[in-house]
Amino acid sequence: MADLLRHAWLVTRKDLRLEFRSRTALTSALVFTALVLVVFEHGRDPTAVPTLNLAPSILWVTFSFAAMLALNRAFQAELENQALDGLLLAPISRTSLYWGKLGANLVFVALVQVTGLLLFMLFFNVPVWRVWAPLAAVTALATVGFIAVGTLFSAMVVRTRFAELMLPVLLLPFLLPPLIAAVQVTVPLFAGRPLSEVAGWFRLLAAYDVCFVTLATLLFPFTVTE
Amino acid sequence: MLWARDLGHAFGAIPALDGITFSLERGQTLAIFGPNGAGKTTLLRVIAGLIRPLRGAAGVDGGRRAIGWIGHQTQLYNHLTVRENLRFWASLYDVPERDVALREDDLLRRLGLARQADQQVRTLSRGQTQRAAIARALMHDPDVLLLDEPFTGLDRLAAEELRGLLGDQAAAGRATVIVTHNVEEGTELATDIAFMRDGRFVAYAPRAGRDAVALTAAYRTAVASG
Amino acid sequence: MTLAQSGRWLTGIGLLLLGGVYVRALAFTPVELHQGPAQKIFYVHVPAAWSSMLAMGLVGLASILYLLVRDTRYDRFAAASAEVGTVFACVMLTTGPLWAKPVWGTWWTWDARLTLTLMLFFIFIGYQLLRGAVTDPALRARYAAVVGICGLVLLPFIHLSVYLFRTLHPQPIVLKPSAPSAPPEMVTTLLLSVGVFSLLYLGFVIQRYALGGGGAARNV
Repeated sequence: MADLLRHAWLVTRKDLRLEFRSRTALTSALVFTALVLVVFEHGRDPTAVPTLNLAPSILWVTFSFAAMLALNRAFQAELENQALDGLLLAPISRTSLYWGKLGANLVFVALVQVTGLLLFMLFFNVPVWRVWAPLAAVTALATVGFIAVGTLFSAMVVRTRFAELMLPVLLLPFLLPPLIAAVQVTVPLFAGRPLSEVAGWFRLLAAYDVCFVTLATLLFPFTVTE
Repeated sequence: MLWARDLGHAFGAIPALDGITFSLERGQTLAIFGPNGAGKTTLLRVIAGLIRPLRGAAGVDGGRRAIGWIGHQTQLYNHLTVRENLRFWASLYDVPERDVALREDDLLRRLGLARQADQQVRTLSRGQTQRAAIARALMHDPDVLLLDEPFTGLDRLAAEELRGLLGDQAAAGRATVIVTHNVEEGTELATDIAFMRDGRFVAYAPRAGRDAVALTAAYRTAVASG
Repeated sequence: MTLAQSGRWLTGIGLLLLGGVYVRALAFTPVELHQGPAQKIFYVHVPAAWSSMLAMGLVGLASILYLLVRDTRYDRFAAASAEVGTVFACVMLTTGPLWAKPVWGTWWTWDARLTLTLMLFFIFIGYQLLRGAVTDPALRARYAAVVGICGLVLLPFIHLSVYLFRTLHPQPIVLKPSAPSAPPEMVTTLLLSVGVFSLLYLGFVIQRYALGGGGAARNV
């Protein structure tokens, strides 16, 4: 187990170092996030719909799109010089490889989400500070399950035609439960309702995460070994 | 040290391997010659564990930890420096800290990359990246070397250095398999020769002191009749 | 008799029986009190939904079996089932709104069951697209199996999350704990229709399976 985590961490660290070195995906994701927020701002009529009602949806749509953008980079770098072969030849388990990639993706998406949230607060003037802890919790829970499946799919999709298009198409249905749950938690959260009202949604998210992280871990080896 | 038993494999309807059986002991170097499409690369990938054969089995004593691979692709990360690449791959093989720096310096020096150590791989020339790939493969001091046309893209100096390195490996008791379609390259190093065509060994014998010219003639005969 | 021929026979018989069921539905089954004649679409819509769910379930099962034993027949079956499932899902998604408009006053609504079926349709589409984008048969089979399994596991979560969210769809009248609350003729017609659709599913899948191939794009 210790080896498993250690190797996974080595892969995560390498991925993060690579991403910060080249910065291509990170920059695109951040710019994209800002753009989406601006579009939402100008796409609504402020007199008709109060920000507070729309806020959770805007936030979560932005997070979803940014996450999908982030996922493609995960295995792109491995194809450059067939480094993926090297990773498969090395004495690390496929699980380490998958968790390593998952970890890097989560850090990456978290960065984009934090930035998105700050921009969101700036543009939409929604009082988020009061509820930042439960908001962080629900964001983390909703993101983990979705990214787990996304990491698994990106490993497959990177070797197909139309990879950038294939990933969102495959992933969209998997976005639905976390998205619904996250918005259903965020709405009462912003409206100042007590947490106990949304406990059920937290449980659903946790179940989704456990289920799909496990499933993806089990299925990942099939996507990389011939 | 490494063995294969009745290996059979196909890619869909296209046959690749058809009953390969052989074994290699310490200090032996097998050079496999054959035309493109003979199945040489597939054989190597099966031995390395990258492909699960449809029939038969192959293995290396010591598992993946003992394998060093040099192939067409460098398996390096373009945005990491040479040193960072070497360290990353060494870490996956659990090379002890104190050995890493020593080996790194030694290999870089021998392969003429000492000055490029802290440059990103994408800034190197083709020949330099090939040499860096060799360093990468040898960092963890593998017992078995699997080489897929390793001399491609090397300049004369680097090719000589590689020959020297491989000679050292054999002297130190390593087992090596070199796959090539160029008879000149593998000859001096080989203790055993195999000719491969259509997924089968059409000849397999000790080199018995024959030089490139004699082997080329033997190769032509074997491939024509086999 | 070859597989393809038996498939054609099954489909033929199924279509004949389907005609019989329609006649029964239109002429020999009472008209529903509140919904009127439009309710008759129910006899096509519900079995189509059932068949597409069955298709998905079998895709998932075949996918698991394929990954376990690597027998390409499971992969071919999964591919066939997915194609047939997509067709039934289309039938379901077109008959649904046709029924909904006169009865509910709206073409679509985002309640649990509709959202689930729409997502099922998307999973099928995604599955087909992935199969079409991979040329190597072994790779395609593995990738499809992974997506098939994930898709199957996803369905209960979608259902649960949307169900907790809102419900507008007519409550179940057959598959619920107490006795079916519809008149016996309607239940019989429905069950007959479900049976016929299952037969059609089988016939279609057998024919598609017999045709073989995995669904990759033509220009290899």
